[in-house]
Amino acid sequence: MTTDFWRIVFGRLDLGALDFLTAFRDPTLNEIILSGAAWAVILGGLAAVAVLSRYRLWGPLWRNYLVSVDHKRIGIMYIVLAGIMLVRGVLEGVVMRGQQADGLGGGFLSANHYAQLFSTHGTIMIFFMAMPFLTGLINIVVPLQIGARDVSFPMLNSASLGLTVAGAALVMISLVVGAFSTGGWTAYPPYTDSLFQPGPGPDYWLWSVLLAGVGTTMTGINFVVTILRERAPGMTLMKMPMFTWTALCTAILMVFALPPVTVSTAMLLLDRYAGFHFFTNALGGNMMNYANLFWLFGHPEVYILILPAFGVYSEIVATYSGKRLYGYGSLVVATMSIAVLSFTVWLHHFFTMGQDADMNAAFGIATMLIGVPTGVKVYDWMATMYRGRVRMTVPMVYLVSFMVLFVLGGLSGIILANPSIDFQVHNTLFLVAHFHNMLIPGLLFGMLAGYTYWFPKLFGFRLNDRWGYISAWSWVAGFVLVFFPMYVVGLMGMTRRTVAYTNPAYQPWMILSAVGGVFVTVALASLFVQLYVSIRDRAFTRDIGGDPWDARTLEWATPSPVPAYNFAVIPHVHAREAFAVAKEAGLGYQAPPAYADIHLPGDTWMGVILAVFGTAFGFGMIWYMWWLAALSFAVMAVAFIGRALRGDRAGVIIPAAQVAAEHRAWLAAVGRLAPVTREHEQDGINHGVAAPETREVAA
Amino acid sequence: MSSPQGSKPDAQGYRHDLRGYLTGFGLAVVLTVIPFALVAMGDTLDRATVIAVVAGLGVVQLFVHLRYFLHVDFSREEREKVYLLAFSALLLFLMAAGTIWVLVNMNTRMMGMG
Repeated sequence: MTTDFWRIVFGRLDLGALDFLTAFRDPTLNEIILSGAAWAVILGGLAAVAVLSRYRLWGPLWRNYLVSVDHKRIGIMYIVLAGIMLVRGVLEGVVMRGQQADGLGGGFLSANHYAQLFSTHGTIMIFFMAMPFLTGLINIVVPLQIGARDVSFPMLNSASLGLTVAGAALVMISLVVGAFSTGGWTAYPPYTDSLFQPGPGPDYWLWSVLLAGVGTTMTGINFVVTILRERAPGMTLMKMPMFTWTALCTAILMVFALPPVTVSTAMLLLDRYAGFHFFTNALGGNMMNYANLFWLFGHPEVYILILPAFGVYSEIVATYSGKRLYGYGSLVVATMSIAVLSFTVWLHHFFTMGQDADMNAAFGIATMLIGVPTGVKVYDWMATMYRGRVRMTVPMVYLVSFMVLFVLGGLSGIILANPSIDFQVHNTLFLVAHFHNMLIPGLLFGMLAGYTYWFPKLFGFRLNDRWGYISAWSWVAGFVLVFFPMYVVGLMGMTRRTVAYTNPAYQPWMILSAVGGVFVTVALASLFVQLYVSIRDRAFTRDIGGDPWDARTLEWATPSPVPAYNFAVIPHVHAREAFAVAKEAGLGYQAPPAYADIHLPGDTWMGVILAVFGTAFGFGMIWYMWWLAALSFAVMAVAFIGRALRGDRAGVIIPAAQVAAEHRAWLAAVGRLAPVTREHEQDGINHGVAAPETREVAA
Repeated sequence: MSSPQGSKPDAQGYRHDLRGYLTGFGLAVVLTVIPFALVAMGDTLDRATVIAVVAGLGVVQLFVHLRYFLHVDFSREEREKVYLLAFSALLLFLMAAGTIWVLVNMNTRMMGMG
């Protein structure tokens, strides 16, 4: 009787699932690492709670961030989430490098633990590091670039964040309670079906991805509508800044590419929970459709990840070359071509599955085609730098490294696009080297460049340059050392996802790769040191005028940090690089003839409710605690539908007088500051007003 | 054209909108009744014809909804929406046609095992 009761309460959860206790029962290095990770999560969480309580930050955190619908605050929260997950993802990668350096005939990790590591590493880096990072940047920048007050659906924005956080929380909980999937980040059945893995691992993956995927779809819808409907008067599509263009394409891809993975995830869940046979080996099931559906999402996803970084590079290359962006029209066409072509190449992820050679050839050719618009972009960026006054700032270090490394990675992609070569190297570390070569320079470098570039806009002070350079060069060196050896051992035949190997020829390369892991760790640590040093020394890098880089687009025409309402008066846009043209004409800082009241959307608890109860719902489903799942789902449904019926009743009106006072005070401050030439961009005298020296601007 | 907040006087605009919605509703009802009737009639028509007609009317229905309920037309102001719809249709076609191609091909090569 009592056991039945506890089984209903706790489902299949028992004490054996608590990972932080295993090291005490079985103190091997493998178990110590497993438990150590669990303790890191627990202690990290406790430390965060302690710091927030010690400095009495719970109230400000709740009021200014958690319930805020301000797109900038939501963006910051996305990036904080991405930062936390980046730490875990990188450290897992480093542990895997250590294992493979020692992997000749053994190593220190169990096969099962290693499989969990590569599964969580991939899942985290794609869904919970890259996606939140780019979503955060888009959230912060796009409304500012298009001259809007906020996104079209502010409550939905908060809800999307809530669902993404719930997915990430489940992945973190899997470190403490139970084990994660060992089926890789793609979670192919039959590795993830209930015969092979009856435990909670694949369910952690499935519910995390499902929740985050729904959130991302809603983000996509939000930004398509925002960009098409909320642009300032005069800003036609062809006057939009390049980052906004890439954000538009990414948002469209999110809307269309996420549903296939939501569907395949739901089908696999039905297989696992309800005895369906979509992807089993019996009763008419076939896992080939899983591979098809997953990559129908997976390939556009690659471009969801890379396009925003391309947008960042397009912005910074113009700004730091002091020159208008070369080939704007061709960049727009290239971006749109990539968006369409990204839906025509997914089969290249399973060239070896058994379809006929004609099909492979068709998708191979499409894959090679997609290199063309990407090449166009690289040439446009180089032409922008050509004869410009290039300043090698931290974002430019990322850009230049990206251009070299990304082209190399692209070339290895063209090699892989040939099906007959792919048959030789598929499932080897050559492939692992290739996609890291695309995603680290093509995504992570872009996001870090964007973080450095837009940081002063949000917080009113610049990031420390010295630690920025250290971090950037460490990322570059670390990346090259970790992944270039993998090309070599991949061609030698070393398969991916293996815990150990028997060929001694691999080992020197794997040791080299592990040395790279040290550099990557230094790079990651430098980012946090940089943040600490920047906050400590913020008095010296204060950005008051809001234009520390002599930049060109509309977001730099606002004060730093940007007020909640973004623009005192919605600007009229007459030119592509609106702010550069205005500065050229000496009209960068104008007092408008009149101010008006500003209506802003009200705060909402929706994000918090979805984050908390979404996590509880997933946890309940994973551990078969049906009461918890049903209850949490009911709370989410009632809250969401109730809010939809009730509408926004907490809207805020900021009176015209207050807007006028704030704006005039800022204009006066700008007038008092000495304009700074580009030679002193990184010095203490740069307070965010640029001396006019832009010569060439886009009409 | 029949945007909900037109610049015309309210009463006239309201009547204009109402006429649009009612036309759309009428067409939608007709386009829904015909397929149901065809299926209900049973064996009077051969199966392939019925499927083709039902599918064809479904596509017409799609355009009726776009035209009368979502107010998408080919006027200059609506052009962005048309572009977006055409783009969406292209992506959906690529995904659906590609999936059918892949799976039919696999099925053939598995010699009917699947």
